[in-house]
Amino acid sequence: MTARVTRLRQQVPLLVWLVLVWNMLWGTFSWANLLSGLLIAVVATTLLPLPSVPASGRFRPVAALRFLGRFLADLLVSSAEVSWLAIRPGQHRSAIITVQLRTDSDLLLTVIAEALSLVPGSLVLDLDREEQVLALHLVQVRDLAHVERQRANVLGMEDRVVRAFGSAEDIARLDRPDTDTPETQGTERLSQL
Amino acid sequence: MSIADVIASVCLIAGCFLCLTAGLGLIRFPDVLNRMHAATKPQVLGVLLVMTGAVIRLAGQPIVWMLVLVGVFQLLTAPVSAHMVSRIAYRRRHVRRDLLLVDELGKPADPLPSRPHPEHPEGDPDVDEPADGPDATPRTTS
Repeated sequence: MTARVTRLRQQVPLLVWLVLVWNMLWGTFSWANLLSGLLIAVVATTLLPLPSVPASGRFRPVAALRFLGRFLADLLVSSAEVSWLAIRPGQHRSAIITVQLRTDSDLLLTVIAEALSLVPGSLVLDLDREEQVLALHLVQVRDLAHVERQRANVLGMEDRVVRAFGSAEDIARLDRPDTDTPETQGTERLSQL
Repeated sequence: MSIADVIASVCLIAGCFLCLTAGLGLIRFPDVLNRMHAATKPQVLGVLLVMTGAVIRLAGQPIVWMLVLVGVFQLLTAPVSAHMVSRIAYRRRHVRRDLLLVDELGKPADPLPSRPHPEHPEGDPDVDEPADGPDATPRTTS
């Protein structure tokens, strides 16, 4: 019984979202659309059930606005950068880097990976879920210092997402002092060559 | 012509230009991973700008909400599809490693053990050649 109630509680955001999408597709918000949308949402989630994602975090409006604003600014910058690379003659150098993340939550990692594929000049190749190591492809790097700046950008993005949507425990994990990770050693090794 | 019209047309033109550069990038960039960058960043912003321009011009009509949905789903789906394509390209080694400045991942392990194909023991004809295999020569871009 309690398991079913918990499952229903986790389904509520999905149902609300589906009803909203239904109403937006019709273009008008009316009782008829609301009720038919609710019916279709319930039928769809019953016939095509998805594994429920435990929503551990909470929503912080100020931090979310900060994330969104920075995200849009980054989107402008990285779009301009990639457009310029497409237009200008000549080759550019790319890089594949690994970044040690500090978050351990499926939902947050999904948001981080999605956001990172859009900005800042990076594309997610792979995620080691157990070690929380993200493999990224950077479209253009000028030198090793630029690689390190991009790595800092990635960690900054993680920071903003977690502070906007994460639980208190996730945020505490951010502030824990980091021991040196294999990926920083990797670049140090390269710079010594 | 009101100010809203000016903003809308600027959004539409800028969006179309970004989509054009995304298409140019798809052709001009050297490998799949770079092409996926073109397919996400300028493409998504271009679609968002075109939708913004259309929303400003069509304000007050029911279709506006659908345009908002188009933008939302573009933001949600473009990164996922680009990730799926680039992940497969990476695993099948369609990467121009000679153009990489830093490579912290190293060559991926062979995804499958080399076992003779049941019908083609000398090698599956449908399998792509690894782009950077031991005996692969550097490809020339056309």
